[in-house]
Amino acid sequence: MGKTLMKGNEAIGEAAIQAGCRYFFGYPITPQNEIPAYLARRLPKEDGVFLQAESEVSAINMVYGAAGAGARVMTSSSSPGISLKTEGISYIAGAQLPCVIVNIVRGGPGLGGIQPAQSDYFQAVKGGGHGDYRVVVLAPSTVQELVDLTMDAFEIADYYRNPVMILGDGILGQMMEPVEFKPLNKRDSKEKTWATTGMKDREQNVINSLHMDPEGLENHNLDLQEKYAEITDKEAKSESYKTEDADIVIAAYGTTSRICRTAIDQLREEGIKVGMIRPITLWPFPADAFEEVVDSASKFLTVEMSLGQMVEDVKLAIDGRKPVEFYGRTGGMIPSVEEVKEKVKELVGGEK
Amino acid sequence: MVKVWQKPESLTDKVLHYCPGCTHGIIHKITAEVMDELGIREETIGVAPVGCSVLAYNYFNCDMQQAAHGRAPAVATGIKRVHPDKPVFTYQGDGDLASIGAAEIVHAAARGEKITTVFVNNAIYGMTGGQMAPTSLEKQVTTTSPYGRDLDHAGHPIKVSEMLSTLPGAVYIERVSVHDVPHILKAKKAIKKAFEYQLEGKGFTLVEVLSTCPTNWGIDPVESLDWLKDNMLPYYPLGNFRSPEKEGK
Repeated sequence: MGKTLMKGNEAIGEAAIQAGCRYFFGYPITPQNEIPAYLARRLPKEDGVFLQAESEVSAINMVYGAAGAGARVMTSSSSPGISLKTEGISYIAGAQLPCVIVNIVRGGPGLGGIQPAQSDYFQAVKGGGHGDYRVVVLAPSTVQELVDLTMDAFEIADYYRNPVMILGDGILGQMMEPVEFKPLNKRDSKEKTWATTGMKDREQNVINSLHMDPEGLENHNLDLQEKYAEITDKEAKSESYKTEDADIVIAAYGTTSRICRTAIDQLREEGIKVGMIRPITLWPFPADAFEEVVDSASKFLTVEMSLGQMVEDVKLAIDGRKPVEFYGRTGGMIPSVEEVKEKVKELVGGEK
Repeated sequence: MVKVWQKPESLTDKVLHYCPGCTHGIIHKITAEVMDELGIREETIGVAPVGCSVLAYNYFNCDMQQAAHGRAPAVATGIKRVHPDKPVFTYQGDGDLASIGAAEIVHAAARGEKITTVFVNNAIYGMTGGQMAPTSLEKQVTTTSPYGRDLDHAGHPIKVSEMLSTLPGAVYIERVSVHDVPHILKAKKAIKKAFEYQLEGKGFTLVEVLSTCPTNWGIDPVESLDWLKDNMLPYYPLGNFRSPEKEGK
């Protein structure tokens, strides 16, 4: 297959179709509207269903119903919309249903703005909804990765019976880049024998997250934790860039990592040894990548389009062994290459 | 010996948790009998609500999904769009459907979603302990309207059947009651019709069933049947509000 120039949001829509997703339920919100618009055009031609719900709350519950009925299903939204969906995400996680949720993040809190941000990190990786649950969170940094990770997301969701979130931002959603659609990297998922499809020739199936007996609910939660431990063990993913001899290691994900990469290349030309760990899974957090460099690096710097969210996970991974500094812009402001360089130089200078 | 009655196959053997005198058991039974008579039990997918009937998935002997508070019509929509040929129903109380889930039921009806909703209206919140419902009557005393529902303060009780009947997507809307045997038989007939219209793919169908709550009304089961008759029937008139025949569908 050749390469096609595609807008990020539309690439997500096409990737979902390529991954076998035939059901989409959503509600319009900027800056991700090209996803539903693309799927509204494409899904009917693939014998699928695009349905615009009356609210984000309804949309995520339609996803719950369709996922419980055995389908590959997706919804997409942006920050305030994801807040509304968190009720449903908690239920979906509780009932162990596979689905893909796309969050093309904009600045908050509240109605915020419509410009890109990474300030939904806490909400995405720490829960958002109620209860002890986890959502697998994937953080693409290019349009190609939007495609690859969206396709993977459906496989991960089915394999673990767990919701998977694509955490992008307004820049990724709106930018155009050449992309290639590769064959789906299939996993050996079990058949959906638990789905509600009508009980002919088998016992009754019930999709449920209610456990009235506290001991039963604790056991259910312990089972979920076992699954989360397996996911942490097997799915954590990151990319390391010029970290082998790096004195300063930057941690950045998504769009911000692209800015940092340019800053790193320029700083290297000036003889400053700096590299980057780019988490690709935000949950599970790729702590091992930090373990590899914690002895050789002298300082860490987390750069985010927020006022400091992922930095907490970096600090947990470093566990006090080295200083972890932070630089961030928020509200739709984007850190510039110059700003990142200046911050790194400040850290290098600070050592003298 | 001739067997003159048996428990419907569409009900499990589990013992119902409902309070003595509550008519949920009757409504479960007639719904299950309808599923038996139509021979759809093995195909049907039901959606249980939040509220007194939250455990409906333990009682209906078919595939079931449990929904978040008020969201049953959205969950049912997701199921029905994946399995358009399977009967899908929601079973919801008045707090679930008329309050927190008002948007979901209105839009499921507006879309003409091909599902059947059994809507149990007992004019009070049961599960949470007798608070005012959107369907509580004027002057009705509840834990959160201790001086009686004041229309000026709390607004008017919602007539769900009448409201949904304004939507063209709602092809069959009927209000029934289960306060005596003739009415129970009529209620069953209405639920059967609703399922039949769904199977014919006509659109959204809803049967509002007036029901009792002796525990939270604070009156004994027999008096509760009279209270329903004397107080609910005048405000919530029984009858058909919409049917495919009337609309020429």
